[in-house]
Amino acid sequence: MTTFTLNGRTVSVHSPPNAPLLWVIRDELGFTGTKFGCGIGFCGACTVHVNGRATRSCITSVVSVAGAEVKTIEGLDPEGKHPLQIAWVELQVPQCGYCQPGQIMQAATLLKDYPDPDDAMINAVMAGNLCRCMTYLRIRKAIKLAAARMQERGAHG
Amino acid sequence: MWRMTILIAGTVVLGTLAVALLSWRRAIAPIQRPNPSSFPAALVAKGEVLAAEGHCVSCHTKPDGPPYAGGYGVNTPFGVIYGSNLTPDPKTGIGRWSLPAFTRAMREGVSRNGGHLFPAFPYYAYTELSDGDVQALYAYLMTRLPVSATVPPSTLPFPLSVRFFQEGWKLLFFRNRRYQTNPSKSAEWNRGAYLSEALSDCGGCHTPRNLLGGEEMGHVYAGTVVDGWIAPALTDANPSPLPWTEDALFRYLRTGVSPLHGAATAATMTPVIRDGLALPVVSDSDVRAIALYFSDVDRARDRPTDIGAMMRRAIDTSLAGREETYDPDADLYNSACLSCHANAIPGPLPARPELALNSALTLAEPANFIEPVLRGIGSRDGAPGLVMPAYATSLSDAEVARLAAYLRRTRTTLPPWRDLEKKVSAARRDLPHD
Repeated sequence: MTTFTLNGRTVSVHSPPNAPLLWVIRDELGFTGTKFGCGIGFCGACTVHVNGRATRSCITSVVSVAGAEVKTIEGLDPEGKHPLQIAWVELQVPQCGYCQPGQIMQAATLLKDYPDPDDAMINAVMAGNLCRCMTYLRIRKAIKLAAARMQERGAHG
Repeated sequence: MWRMTILIAGTVVLGTLAVALLSWRRAIAPIQRPNPSSFPAALVAKGEVLAAEGHCVSCHTKPDGPPYAGGYGVNTPFGVIYGSNLTPDPKTGIGRWSLPAFTRAMREGVSRNGGHLFPAFPYYAYTELSDGDVQALYAYLMTRLPVSATVPPSTLPFPLSVRFFQEGWKLLFFRNRRYQTNPSKSAEWNRGAYLSEALSDCGGCHTPRNLLGGEEMGHVYAGTVVDGWIAPALTDANPSPLPWTEDALFRYLRTGVSPLHGAATAATMTPVIRDGLALPVVSDSDVRAIALYFSDVDRARDRPTDIGAMMRRAIDTSLAGREETYDPDADLYNSACLSCHANAIPGPLPARPELALNSALTLAEPANFIEPVLRGIGSRDGAPGLVMPAYATSLSDAEVARLAAYLRRTRTTLPPWRDLEKKVSAARRDLPHD
């Protein structure tokens, strides 16, 4: 049995220790906001936060998050109003939307580390999150918009 | 012909008898298990600290088993030896051991019943412990909850499994001795040396061993390989880009990570920090003493380094390979690794391990790069809270090899590693299956 917190609630799961965290989150715990993309950690659709940091959940075993705090897109902000989510809606970033939860979770870690990232840093950190609809330019714009607002009003968790 | 046979047989028998005689140790009479309340609380508390610093629990607890009840398999080149049950259970533990029996085991590697212990148990280090510290350890262990647990026999082949042959090993590599204070050094330095040598046995992993498993005294702390990981040199031969200063060592040993060096990712080192030197049991002052000692051993003072310049260089390379030219290795790295490892001014950030500063890339062999890539790093290992996914299922041997070669080429000025793909494939074969 592995115990960790998911979106603030303590959960204990019986999956085998090496089961991918993504399967546990979606199939066992029913949080389907996080998506399955490539399954080998190369597309970023499965990105969640482990202890506040973007992590590819498709190749992270559930046992390796024992005792950790895991957050999915459902738990990023209690009301779904993280500055990134607001900017995403405002700029109508998504097209098909499949990769977007992963994009937002990755962007949240970027802004936590570098609150005012330049293009090079955005490109570098977001390089592992693919979007087949090519929303990259709007993603970059939304990250900058959210960054500016977050800096205006001080740090947002 | 038969004469020769008799002569050889006779020599073998006589030789064996001689070793047996030489190695004979009397059994020390069993005692009634001492009443736990007979040990002063202060002594038990002191023993708790020492047991933590000696990270006894690592080898004497099987995965998910009760602490100190034994059963952890120590891999040696000769076979697996299982850590014994140190709880005061009268039948399966050390409940009937007197203090003299415990002291003899710690200082001479002899069990209560007179059997020689294998040097997987570092009595060759503990022999340096002071009387008071041995007593405190005894008091701590005898006041644990007794657990009835029988430990499997070792998988050592004959004749290594014959305990009295251990006498030969002792004659070659063991001296019964106490720690000698070095009068030319400070009290803190001596405390650090004592803890490192007598109790934490840092040399147990960081000093290379000869073919018979004895530590090579000419190469103390020169670094070696343990369970597939490199235990790096702790001397000035350590290839870390920035020197391991007292402060860096302190931070690393206290938290599991030094932002300018990297984290304790090795499966062999994390327990030392997580279960051993951890707060609240072990004080800052003892960890500081160990850090001071090794900053002297590695001569950090003689390696003045322009940290600012090194960091700027690291940051410059952090985003390298993102230009327009096509480099498949850089693309592989950018897709798999960069989102977590990219740094910019004012970094590098502790939560974004900067590979250009990490000795995993500057060691002579690539093991400490390959292992974490394949295995990943759990939330309880390495830097506090940081998790690294395991790439064993997503990267081929050739791809891990390309990543290693790419980083070595772009993040260091050292010659390329050889036979990378073979080494990745060997490391993959040895991965734990769970």
